[in-house]
Amino acid sequence: MSTPPLAELVARAEALYLDYRLGAVREWKRKTGGLAIGYMPIYVPRELLHAQGVLPVGVMGGREDLEIIKGDAYYQSYICHIPRSTIELGLNGSLDPLDGMLFPAICDVIRNLSGMWQSLFPDKLAHYLDLPQDFDPELGGRFYRHDLERLSASLVERGARPLTSEALARSIELYNAERREVRALYELRRTQPWKLPTHELYLFLRAALVLPVEESTELFRQYRQAVLDDPGRKPLDQARVVLTGSFCEQPPLGLIKTLERAGCSIVDDDFVQVLRFIRSDIPVGDDPLGALVHAFLTDAMASPTRYVDRGRKGAELVQRVRACGAEGLLFCAPSFCDPALLDQPMLVKAVEAEGIAWTAFKYAENSGQFQVIREQAGTFADSIKLWSNA
Amino acid sequence: MSGPAPTPTPEASKDSSQLRQKEMIARHFDRLAAAPETGEKTAYTFVPGNLSELLLSFDVLPVLPEINSLQSAMRGRSADYISLAEKLGHSEDVCTYVKSDIGMLKSGNIGPTGQRLPNPDLLLLSYTGCFTFMKWFELLAQEYQAPVTMLQVPYQADGRITDDMRRYVVDQLRRKVIPTLEQVTGRAYDEDRLRECLALSAQAEDDLVAVLRAARHRPSPIDAYFGAVYYVGPIFSSFRGTRAAVDYYRALREEIEQRMAHGLGPVTPEGEMGAERFRIVVEGPPNWTSFRQFWKMFSDEGAVCVASTYAKVGGMYDLGFRHDPQRPLESLAEYCLGCYTNLSLPTRIDLIVRYLEEYEADGFLINSVKSCNSFSAGQLHILREVEARSGRPGGFIESDLVDPRYFSAANIKNRLESYFQMLQQKSRNPNPVAAS
Repeated sequence: MSTPPLAELVARAEALYLDYRLGAVREWKRKTGGLAIGYMPIYVPRELLHAQGVLPVGVMGGREDLEIIKGDAYYQSYICHIPRSTIELGLNGSLDPLDGMLFPAICDVIRNLSGMWQSLFPDKLAHYLDLPQDFDPELGGRFYRHDLERLSASLVERGARPLTSEALARSIELYNAERREVRALYELRRTQPWKLPTHELYLFLRAALVLPVEESTELFRQYRQAVLDDPGRKPLDQARVVLTGSFCEQPPLGLIKTLERAGCSIVDDDFVQVLRFIRSDIPVGDDPLGALVHAFLTDAMASPTRYVDRGRKGAELVQRVRACGAEGLLFCAPSFCDPALLDQPMLVKAVEAEGIAWTAFKYAENSGQFQVIREQAGTFADSIKLWSNA
Repeated sequence: MSGPAPTPTPEASKDSSQLRQKEMIARHFDRLAAAPETGEKTAYTFVPGNLSELLLSFDVLPVLPEINSLQSAMRGRSADYISLAEKLGHSEDVCTYVKSDIGMLKSGNIGPTGQRLPNPDLLLLSYTGCFTFMKWFELLAQEYQAPVTMLQVPYQADGRITDDMRRYVVDQLRRKVIPTLEQVTGRAYDEDRLRECLALSAQAEDDLVAVLRAARHRPSPIDAYFGAVYYVGPIFSSFRGTRAAVDYYRALREEIEQRMAHGLGPVTPEGEMGAERFRIVVEGPPNWTSFRQFWKMFSDEGAVCVASTYAKVGGMYDLGFRHDPQRPLESLAEYCLGCYTNLSLPTRIDLIVRYLEEYEADGFLINSVKSCNSFSAGQLHILREVEARSGRPGGFIESDLVDPRYFSAANIKNRLESYFQMLQQKSRNPNPVAAS
């Protein structure tokens, strides 16, 4: 199969990223007549929805170009931005093609948003996905499995087909394939970051959120092939950094570009984690639902939204920095983000113990001015290039 | 040059139940301070979803970090503690209870009675109704060598407790929490002892509910927000399941019933309150740094809080829940699941509307605190929905739990006065459209 030109692929990804009104989802529904269910960031088991013929659709809030007219009236100034843009998109009709929303247990703001959704959109499904913080299969695992069965039953009530083991096994394989493609892209960026600027990769991550998995996997494959085939991309003398903290409310694209222009080559990040939250292929076995649960319990990324008792806090972040040969770490969290900002002192402690250079700043998804961050990131990158031992 | 001598703040008026409670709390902190010598075991844990009876059955003394933070605020210490935590890298955006606690810990861990708090033998994370609790104990786990055990309490997203939720909590109690307590204390789990404690809890809960329901009377003999902070103190903290709590709540109930019989209103820190002009339901925690000043803004206007959601963060007893010695672990699970901040927004809206009707309130006020997203996220939606459903006016003010930088007295007073003026106008002319 021939690969479309890189510029064409990027243009398609960007169009999908920019389309608040979810044209691709509307088109999919028109063709299939299926249900589309939105989900908030970090992690939901998309395989289960897919197995029931439902299109999972990632909802990541807004950008700087979304005028918040109604959403601000629902939130005080000291609450992060993503719930107000999500409410705005719900109230202005952008999310009309969605038959419901899943609210994974991220924090109290998203938790309470699930209740607002029940109230504001009573005809739509609003499911709070109470992800377990106990990772014992007999405790948290059993509770989580029951929650997934309840979700599955709710989807059937709304017209989805019943869940079968065969269908779920097929869906898991399809998402395994997508995870492999995403891992391959991240690996390519790790080894040849100039081939894969993050502001471009990011468009594909976002585009995948509104596509059926079969299409997103193919889009990722084509993108990787296109960048490998592109002879024009040459190595740059930039500081290799890991970016952490941007797992829920996403930074504006302009901020990612700013960091790159300031001399930071992002070689690992927390963006759009749903695509990588389960780190490996999920072995299907005889009990696909059990496999899905087991993967969440045992093979999920370390996240500020997951409980860590002692000893291991920050260990995975240190390991990520080491594994990708990064020279520094950017704490890049949204303002008023409880999980990221409460975690940060513990992570700082862990990385400082390892002598890893870091800097920190905050953003909102609608930030439009990056001059201060540019100067900070530029100074950080310069300091790494000038004085780092790496 | 020396200025005029500062006017001393007059001693706050206290009724006899408050004095009794003060003694109980002082004794508890004495035991905590002496724990390193006496060998009594201590567990740090949280108010919502606390397992007081289970701890008591193992003779473990609870230490409640959020109570320490609010006490630090009332003693004027929290600003320094928060400042210290922020210097240590804690964000200005996050919960000030956490920062006050961290600052207190880094300043020698001196508790509200001026005595040093013991290091914990156990960090018992009751993860109920507040995401920040989890992060808070991850932070504390880095400071202490004590084991950590976590009890995840599922969120009542659909407004009900399911069998799966109850079973999940009970199974965690059986398989994680109780074995850890056995390990820490060297004692075997004694279910009979737990049942005895639960039976005492239920007695105290009956009397607390009678006290809170006294606010249905006109005039209300209690303030169910500011005053209730004192009333719920023992049962929300270290005394649920004790004989001392039973005696306290019996005495408190008698005291309140006497006030009611004599047609008296609440006792405020400034003394007996004047005539009751407005009956208010309040949503959200109080501000602790200016607690007395905040209360005075209400009492000066003759505004009595007849019901509050804050008084339910440690248990929804007024809706009928009682600890049940016949079902010890199931009952503890239902208690944890039922705390106010573990309820969905639609359930919270229903509750406030119900309070407005049952307590014949003139309106409701939301004190939205910057620190607590569990309470605050969605409160503007609650405001709209409750107004629409009840037809009664809502007011909205903003402050913080323990950070004095976020208590703007003039602004809050101004808003409250405007709100009470509106209530006054509405009472004179309840149906302006028809009148015109």
